Amino acid sequence: MAAPSTDLSAALVLAAPAIADWLVVLPVVLMIGVGALLMMVRKSVRLHGTIAISGLVLLVLLDAALLMRVSIQGPVTMVMGRWLPPFGIAFTADLFGSLMALVSAVVALAAGVFALRDIDAAGRRYGFFPFLMLLMAGVSGAFLTGDIFNLYVWFEVLLISSFGLLILGSEPEQIDGALKYAVLNLIGTTLFLIAVGYLYAIFGTLNMADIAGKASGFRETAPLVTLTALFILAFAMKAAAFPVNFWLPASYHTPRIVVSALFGGLLTKVGIYALIRVTVMLFPVEREELSFVVAISAALTMVIGALGALAQNDLRRLVGYVVIVGIGNMLAGVAIGTPAAVSGSILYALHSVVTMTALYLMAGEAARLGGAWTLSALGGLYRRAPGFSAASLALFLAAAGLPPLSGLWPKLVLLKASLDIGAWWLAAAILLSAFIVTMALARVFLLAYWRPRSEPVLEMVPELVTAIDWRIAWPLGCLTALSIFFGLFPETVLDLSQRAAAGLAEPSAYIGSVFPGGAAP
Amino acid sequence: METPFAILIGLFFAAAIYLMLSKHTVRILLGIVLLGNAVNLLLFTTGRLTREVPPIIPNGMDALPAGAANPLPQALILTAIVISFSFFAFLLVLTYRAYQELGTDNTDEMRLAEPRDEERPPMGY
Repeated sequence: MAAPSTDLSAALVLAAPAIADWLVVLPVVLMIGVGALLMMVRKSVRLHGTIAISGLVLLVLLDAALLMRVSIQGPVTMVMGRWLPPFGIAFTADLFGSLMALVSAVVALAAGVFALRDIDAAGRRYGFFPFLMLLMAGVSGAFLTGDIFNLYVWFEVLLISSFGLLILGSEPEQIDGALKYAVLNLIGTTLFLIAVGYLYAIFGTLNMADIAGKASGFRETAPLVTLTALFILAFAMKAAAFPVNFWLPASYHTPRIVVSALFGGLLTKVGIYALIRVTVMLFPVEREELSFVVAISAALTMVIGALGALAQNDLRRLVGYVVIVGIGNMLAGVAIGTPAAVSGSILYALHSVVTMTALYLMAGEAARLGGAWTLSALGGLYRRAPGFSAASLALFLAAAGLPPLSGLWPKLVLLKASLDIGAWWLAAAILLSAFIVTMALARVFLLAYWRPRSEPVLEMVPELVTAIDWRIAWPLGCLTALSIFFGLFPETVLDLSQRAAAGLAEPSAYIGSVFPGGAAP
Repeated sequence: METPFAILIGLFFAAAIYLMLSKHTVRILLGIVLLGNAVNLLLFTTGRLTREVPPIIPNGMDALPAGAANPLPQALILTAIVISFSFFAFLLVLTYRAYQELGTDNTDEMRLAEPRDEERPPMGY
């Protein structure tokens, strides 16, 4: 503690970040900016669609540029206010985060285009597009942040915008669903905050790279397994894993179908993302201790979700249960924990974001064409819209995990990973749930598409809608094409997800990007 | 100083969980408010509670003196308070609207989104 003669405050600040590093925060900045702009023009509902879609196109481009850069150069970090990393809030984009951000942006764009038709002027006046922008700000922020308290803040940002989207229209059914969704998700994020509090009490830092570097030093003295268990519970609640998943089937079928699609595609995956980030990257040893519990939860999530899907009459609720099956699969990868299994989870998350959104949009379009949401009333869709039916069949096969579509590869990777460690029962659960989901979705195709339409229902639909609007055909077609492409040419995405999983298992590049000068002080 | 705080936080959590286990939405809401405050106290305590050593680096030193107060939890709590307050405001309105629309504050009877006698999917073709 000798008296230094130099000015200490100068040592605390960094040089200005390179202009290219701004790319890390730009997706969030853009979404908040466009959201604010939409709030300013909230009275001119006509402008909303154009502004929001241009914003989302820009978001896709930014995220693609970010992914390019990260996949070539490794993780990129930008620190807010030029404060040295453990003190300032860091945004760190690694391969996992930027992959998820890009796929989310693509899906949000598709949902935004679909919303041009699905959300009427009243829905726009309630603020659908501003909420969508802020939701995407929260989602992008959660994927790109490198600070665990900041992650909590982004969770809250996307949660509050999801409340707004969920009750769009204020129908009694929506209020019923929203109440359960809001209370249970709020408790979930509060659990997350409790865990962050304990984490800070143990480590004295909130920077994820710093925590990852320091975790081994605290393993002997601090209750890290308890802490990890708390994190797992909190994120499992966000992701709708089995014992804490009941809010999802209670609420996801109540809002407009675009909103359901966004939620089914994005929100649960943010929970899975945070779970993988915290358990695999920050606390791998503790994850190993808890892996059996997580594996049981994963197996039960899969099987119960699949059985739930089989028991539903309402198309939207059926898709909600298929979302839960996917969560179980991703959780299985976390439970196994080898880099191969984690890459399977990442792959599944990417596939699930696209497929689940497309499934919900497909359900909405089926209901518009058929005039009903229930399997007992739908029928004859194949005859009326063959192209749409082909796309639906492709999506069903993808969601069930049948070749040659996108669902096959993640399931294959996860199966191999679980057999490699000898967890045959986990592999059996993956196969059993896939089988039941195949049955449930095949029955949808059989009843809603192939079955000749019964006469009394036909009269309930005033005009026969046969032509499909471009605002519906494009998003559905592009998402389906993405799923087929990913199923036929999986090499690039497989390679990226393997590299992302390797980067999580061995986070030296991540830490190096936050602390360029070496280890944390 | 941490021990009495730990006990206090435990009491807060116990009361919050007890209230949240109720079927009635107003009690659940009160439980959520208490839970938010319990978490704020928890965050406050995580920075370790000390007296009369302000977190200022004295002239001629390059680190905080040992036992200085930790300023960061205050920033965390401030964020958490703002968020939990705004959520509470939203939930309050939502609960009131739910009571208006559904005519009940008993969560057991809120079955509009998930009807009790839901139709089964067709068993045959």
